[in-house]
Amino acid sequence: MSRTTVPVTITVDGTRYTDEVEPRTLLVHYLREQVGKVGTVVGCDTSNCGACTVHLDGRSVKSCNVLAVQADGSEITTVEGLEKDGVLHPVQQAFHDCHGLQCGYCTPGMIMQSIDLLNENPDPSEEEIRSGLEGNLCRCTGYHNIVKAVQQAAGGAR
Amino acid sequence: MIPAQFEYAAPTTVEEAVRLLAEAGDEAKILAGGQSLLPVLRMRLNAPEMVIDLGRIEALRGVRDDGDAIVVGAMTTHADVHADPLVREHAALVTEAVSHLADPQVRHRGTFGGALAHADPAGDLGAPALALGATFTMVGPHGSRTVEGEDFFEDLFTTALAEDEILTEIRIPKHTGWGAHYEKFVRVAHQWPIVAVAAAVRAEGGTIAEARVGLTNMGSVPLRARAVEDALVGKPATAEAVAEAAALAADGTQPPSDLNGDADYRRHLATVLTRRAVLAAAGA
Repeated sequence: MSRTTVPVTITVDGTRYTDEVEPRTLLVHYLREQVGKVGTVVGCDTSNCGACTVHLDGRSVKSCNVLAVQADGSEITTVEGLEKDGVLHPVQQAFHDCHGLQCGYCTPGMIMQSIDLLNENPDPSEEEIRSGLEGNLCRCTGYHNIVKAVQQAAGGAR
Repeated sequence: MIPAQFEYAAPTTVEEAVRLLAEAGDEAKILAGGQSLLPVLRMRLNAPEMVIDLGRIEALRGVRDDGDAIVVGAMTTHADVHADPLVREHAALVTEAVSHLADPQVRHRGTFGGALAHADPAGDLGAPALALGATFTMVGPHGSRTVEGEDFFEDLFTTALAEDEILTEIRIPKHTGWGAHYEKFVRVAHQWPIVAVAAAVRAEGGTIAEARVGLTNMGSVPLRARAVEDALVGKPATAEAVAEAAALAADGTQPPSDLNGDADYRRHLATVLTRRAVLAAAGA
């Protein structure tokens, strides 16, 4: 069965890419394999774990649950697009400072979702942080320091 | 896993989508937000020849005021429904239920109409839509038609939508000033409810004047707990009076038995969650 590819134009971390993709290509695979943004990882591959979270036009999405063709014309930000001129994004710095990771596999998604959470709610309570991150699983169960990192990034030593 | 190959179309109007669907027949699947469909395609539980993506049809997005009702475009995302001031003012039960649906990432992509058309009996939107008397408008090659909620949900993952029809909008009668609460019982975070109860209450000085109660995952379709609604009318919004009415919540239901709980457990849960939901909705 021969199928055609379709053209997409997607801005990823500030750079515009025009590529041919199969319609079935998942956004996460497009980002990793065609654009080379391997900072975004595939975790569970069942849209549960959130490790593949990126921002699509400014809102967090699970990139294993979006087709690349659906993102045609959109702007994507991955974890690789956060650091500016060698300076980590405040949320990245906070994860570093608070040791908000153990094995690190969930970290790209945790950071992207934490940024979305803080964009929506700059001063979240601990409970709001936990429910805002409910779509992201840490299989090391390192949630305590992840929550602390988000609190630090929010600027509050609560 | 990745999906099997398919052709892809992204129409920009409902008319074009309906035409494409008619041409492709039962080889096609409609893609709304994709938060339920894409996992199904990835697991190869379904392998359509063509996927018709409604994501480029602007006319299907947004919420509008329509006199005695609000109208939600089928492609409005859960996040947009949640943030919408018209929904909050006139259908607070929907705002409440949407806030408990899945997780933030899914709410950014998933759509109101997509979730309802998917008709998962454990989905969070059927019970509030049914409780508020929502009607469902669908468009096919022969024009549009509108059905009541109880006629829309036919069975597990099955609605009144014909193969050549697309759900375009959901009309929700205004329940301005009603208290609302969605009580969802889950085993772990961001999952489907084992049982959930959607309650809207119009209270007059501590007395329940009217109530609407919907049940999630208490059968193959969302249900209205009409016996509870009737029993609540004229009752004080107290724990005792509400508990008495809530005891009727599971009457006539045939809930599923699965790893999360057997049918008897769900019947018990329904009564407990109904009491909590109604009391919270009544502000008691």
